[in-house]
Amino acid sequence: MTGDAAGVGASGAPANKKKKSRTRDYDIATHWQLMWWKFKRHHMAILGLSLLAVFLVISLVPEFLAPYKPHSRNLRYAQGPPMGIHWFDPEGGFHLRPFVYGWKNKRDPVTLRRITTVDESKRYPLQFFMKGEAYKLFGGIDTDIHLFGLEGSKIHLFGTDQIGRDVFSRTLYATRTSLSIGFIGVILAFILGLTIGGLSGYLGGFVDLVIMRLVEFIRSIPTLPLWLALAAALPRDWTATQVYIAITVILAMIGWTHLARRVRGKLLALREEDFVLAARLSGCSHARIIGHHMLPSFMSYLIVDLTISFPFIILAETALSFLGLGMREPAVSWGVLLFSAQNVRSLVLMPWLLIPGLFVVVAVLAFNFVGDGARDAADPYAK
Amino acid sequence: MLRLISERLISTVILMAAVSVVAFTLIQLPPGDFADSYVNKKAQGGVVFTLEEVDEMRRQLGLDRPLYIQYFDWIGGVLQGDFGFSWEYHRPVSEVIGERLGLTLALAFSTLLFTYVVALPIGIYSALRQYSIGDHAMTVLGYLGLATPNFMLALILLYYGFKWFGLSAGGLFSPEFQEAEWSLARFWDMLAHLWVPVVVLGTAGTAFQMRTMRATMLDEINKMYVVAARAGGLSEFRLLMKYPVRMALNPIISTLGWELTNIISGAPIVALVLSLPDTGPLFLQALLNQDMYLAGAMILVYCVLVVIGTLVSDLLLLWLDPRIRLEGAR
Repeated sequence: MTGDAAGVGASGAPANKKKKSRTRDYDIATHWQLMWWKFKRHHMAILGLSLLAVFLVISLVPEFLAPYKPHSRNLRYAQGPPMGIHWFDPEGGFHLRPFVYGWKNKRDPVTLRRITTVDESKRYPLQFFMKGEAYKLFGGIDTDIHLFGLEGSKIHLFGTDQIGRDVFSRTLYATRTSLSIGFIGVILAFILGLTIGGLSGYLGGFVDLVIMRLVEFIRSIPTLPLWLALAAALPRDWTATQVYIAITVILAMIGWTHLARRVRGKLLALREEDFVLAARLSGCSHARIIGHHMLPSFMSYLIVDLTISFPFIILAETALSFLGLGMREPAVSWGVLLFSAQNVRSLVLMPWLLIPGLFVVVAVLAFNFVGDGARDAADPYAK
Repeated sequence: MLRLISERLISTVILMAAVSVVAFTLIQLPPGDFADSYVNKKAQGGVVFTLEEVDEMRRQLGLDRPLYIQYFDWIGGVLQGDFGFSWEYHRPVSEVIGERLGLTLALAFSTLLFTYVVALPIGIYSALRQYSIGDHAMTVLGYLGLATPNFMLALILLYYGFKWFGLSAGGLFSPEFQEAEWSLARFWDMLAHLWVPVVVLGTAGTAFQMRTMRATMLDEINKMYVVAARAGGLSEFRLLMKYPVRMALNPIISTLGWELTNIISGAPIVALVLSLPDTGPLFLQALLNQDMYLAGAMILVYCVLVVIGTLVSDLLLLWLDPRIRLEGAR
């Protein structure tokens, strides 16, 4: 495989072609280096990767980034709209430290509904690294510092829900839950797919036949009804953690088929390659042939498949929770947050409840971009 | 050719049998049976049953017999068109589903039609005018379409429908036609509402098929046979339709069954959000209430739709692509 690298070297060489030394770089670069160079040329893929990095940071330290805990309430600002951050006051004066306007509650004289209006006479400057509710950073370090907050009032960037919980804080916490379900689900599916597909491709014969029929069967069933039926079978009295694990396993149980088929196909094709024959003739063990010679040559394809299957799992979790069959309160995930936006009435009253959905869309977009870039990079020797 | 078709038919039958076992297993999974959940529900209303009464109920419903007997009983009935009795609705399942299935089918097929009618021309256009503004715009739309969950799209449409047009959107009929007899006016009213779920359900598939069509077209239009046909003086439209488009249709048709699977998968949740009177909300409710014959029948119906869809796409492929036919004959 590496043999023809020199032949196509010029066409795929990194941008800096003028210097001879760069071309040398290309000739001696490793497989993964070549892939990275190719990946880097996809601007969208790089954008996707940066977005994913942001999501990663959010899921690592939502406690620090969110001004409040997911369940603390600000009852007086319940159903309140998002607050804007301003740099200019109404008189046109500029403030280096951004501020948030105060608010007033009024009753509508006819409907008696509470109306929250912006009170421009009061201004609260944004405070950074502010003391707030205590929490444990990374599950161990006791601290009460939050990235930002207000002195004497509360800030709700994405507004609040029916009972006054901060949608911004909840969305950040939900990011951790949803992405970790996706991550663990994908890893589980990966292990299942690799093992079952590997067995199928390596053993061949009857085992292969049975496994492949099974894969075809699972793939021919509509997935969402299947997920729903499985999720509905979970006992109602399970704790949030139990449900979390169960949902992850359910999602992975259906997600492995694609990967298994891919692994099997690659193994079967590679078995006939010359370099495998060469390895066998030099007396390599089966384990070494698979692990050292075959696996690296299609690892990149597997990573592409992983990136692509991530969004499916995220979307599935969101859909399940949205229907009330997946994660449930008090757990917070993107789907759980969207659950409260389920009917038109609350939607018209509080359209900001859809903001967590934007996070879903952006996350899925980011994974798709990275997947597209990775797909091209997976075969760095192709033009 | 005939052998190929009959082989496909036989494997379809086997698949259906397997599906029925899965459907039956799934509805057996929830802890407790219908008798339990019925008693619980009544207990909340203050009605208490004795243990004997519950056992009697189980016996009457046949819940005390071994599972495999319950299965054969069930599947035997299904083959004769008897899907069992919905305890929740106190009516035969076939009746409950029957009056709503038409809408599910209409929705699925309109969505399928919408997907291809929109996706194919756009895909061809994007490939012919690669990197034009139109192509870029469609690419962006395609990415967004793939990334937005169906129910999000439905919610957004509901919100703006209410805000801009004061529609209490959702549902399938305007209030004045809700209970009316079927008439041309009512039919038009339904069509005016049907486009919302069709667009919501079809967006992701359209985006996907658009990308596929664009990619295969791009592969094909630079090949020698196209150049040769052009040099031979064929008109550009005829040339496109007759050669590269026909080639590019191949992967599109082969994913038809898969596309239908996605639509059927997504339909219940969209129907719930848009409060459509089709089988979706029925299915979700049945799952939550452990109304097992109804839920099982629904899973079976969904699977049958998908299996039939796959069969049709295979047969279409046979018709479209002579290479496959020849291979089958050998």
